[in-house]
Amino acid sequence: MTVLLDPTAERSPTVRPRLPRPDRLDGLTVGILDISKPRGDVFLDRLHERLSERGIAVRRYMKPTMTRPAPLPLRQQIGTEVNLVIEGLAD
Amino acid sequence: MSDSLHTLPRDGLIAVVKRDCPTCVLTAPVLGDLARRAGLAVFTQDDPSFPETVAERIDDTALDVSHRLRIEIVPTLIRLREGREVERTYGWDRTEWQRVAGLDALGEELPPFRPGCGAKNIEPGIIERLKIRHGETGLSARRVGIGDGEDEIEAMFDRGWSDGLPLVPPTEERVMRMLSGTARDPREIVGAIPPDLVPATVEKVAINAVMAGCKPEYLPVVLAAVEAVLDEKFAMHGVLATTMYVGPVVVVNGPVRRQIGMNARGNALGQGNRANATIGRALQLVIRNIGGGRPQEVDRATLGNPGKYTYCFAEDEEGSSWEPLACDFGIARGVSAVTVFAGYGLQGIVDQKSRTPESLSRSFAESLKAMQNVKLAPGCDVLLVVCPEHERTFREAGWSKRRLTDELHRLTQIPGEELVGGAKGIAEGGPPSLAGKTVGKTRPGGLLIVRAGGGAGMFSGIIGGWAASGERGSMPVTREVKS
Repeated sequence: MTVLLDPTAERSPTVRPRLPRPDRLDGLTVGILDISKPRGDVFLDRLHERLSERGIAVRRYMKPTMTRPAPLPLRQQIGTEVNLVIEGLAD
Repeated sequence: MSDSLHTLPRDGLIAVVKRDCPTCVLTAPVLGDLARRAGLAVFTQDDPSFPETVAERIDDTALDVSHRLRIEIVPTLIRLREGREVERTYGWDRTEWQRVAGLDALGEELPPFRPGCGAKNIEPGIIERLKIRHGETGLSARRVGIGDGEDEIEAMFDRGWSDGLPLVPPTEERVMRMLSGTARDPREIVGAIPPDLVPATVEKVAINAVMAGCKPEYLPVVLAAVEAVLDEKFAMHGVLATTMYVGPVVVVNGPVRRQIGMNARGNALGQGNRANATIGRALQLVIRNIGGGRPQEVDRATLGNPGKYTYCFAEDEEGSSWEPLACDFGIARGVSAVTVFAGYGLQGIVDQKSRTPESLSRSFAESLKAMQNVKLAPGCDVLLVVCPEHERTFREAGWSKRRLTDELHRLTQIPGEELVGGAKGIAEGGPPSLAGKTVGKTRPGGLLIVRAGGGAGMFSGIIGGWAASGERGSMPVTREVKS
């Protein structure tokens, strides 16, 4: 492990914090990412339905294969189009 | 830590040697003699098979014993009594060796004296590692562990430490080496860095200097620049927070320029010189990381300027007939100093025809009037960078810097009628009450002149300042560079 010396005023934790979770979804656009695993769509379709019932905008995305990370263009597209992403693992 | 530490005898003689040292090789027969007659324990720094004259050598290639004993020169001969050092000599000095060993006849066949060599444990790059291993770094900054699978350059970006360009990872070893560039205590507080007003230690500045790519010998210049921007007169908080373009511009004077290889000649304000580039960058990283000053947060700049990555250059004192800039602020010639100026970008003054100071100063003056807006006066302070071919015109006519400054102030007096809002069909401008008055483009004391640049080209430059120049905002500040 490389050890670095903190160049900052040490006011925040060294572990990068996760982005804060939104308190509510109103007014946000939710991305649903299907990783292309069998029957993942069953779970995600239901989520899509429930979110739409609440009037929340949803956009759907799909990875070409579950075996590799999402391609960069897809990640960039998601990053510019939605406020948060839900993805589901099947099995 | 090496097991060899446990092999230190409580009583008796020890020697520390290395094969790479001719004096150690010379004393090999003496070491063998001492081992037989007095039970000498020999620690070898580089080659465990040296010296062959001694049957049982102790491997100190890990250098832990050498470090613990603070060996600086090899060979070193030490006498221990009850676990404590009572005598020490280094190099080969027959009389001294005889005294420490307590033997009359020793090394009679050798010359009486030979100086030793530098010990391996204090070589640069090794001493730092030994201090880390022995917990003696004296560094107090928080340690941040980067996982083996993680790219450390990316990890620094992710933590928000970067200005947008890759950083040099501030390992303990690099920071220790950086701190060797100053005699100052790493714990010394340099000042409170805006905007968060966090006290910055010499160590924290050194960490940021490492990340910026500085060499240790640049650190005193970086520290002086940090101290200069922290002077209340510079108003660093405002310079950072303004929506205007400015950032600190650092001009370096004095012998340190040449000692650290700064560029004052061709492309002085451009890329390509490590000291110029990294000193200015280190200052910006200090503001960012220690002070918490980041764009679109407290840094409210509308456009900013490329100099906010780094803006640092040296004055060409050798080629100039004028006193260096730092002298204008009370620093004696020959003393290293930095001057910080809240400035932005570069506006060219192209004049390839003027051959008299009268014509050239008018050319300068008309260009100066355009700073920020031709309709604004007083506009802002200015750092005028005069190129060598322009400076020559003033020199040959016997114009001092003072004379040029006075002429430029006189030539940049603007009739109020030209400045009022609406004049020249431009809404920008001052109140109608300006009519009938004359207004200077820069405040007295707000016109700074330096010489820099390559020998060919009649292209001087204007580094414009902040609209809030002077008492109500930022004033240039000069600080001596101290080692």
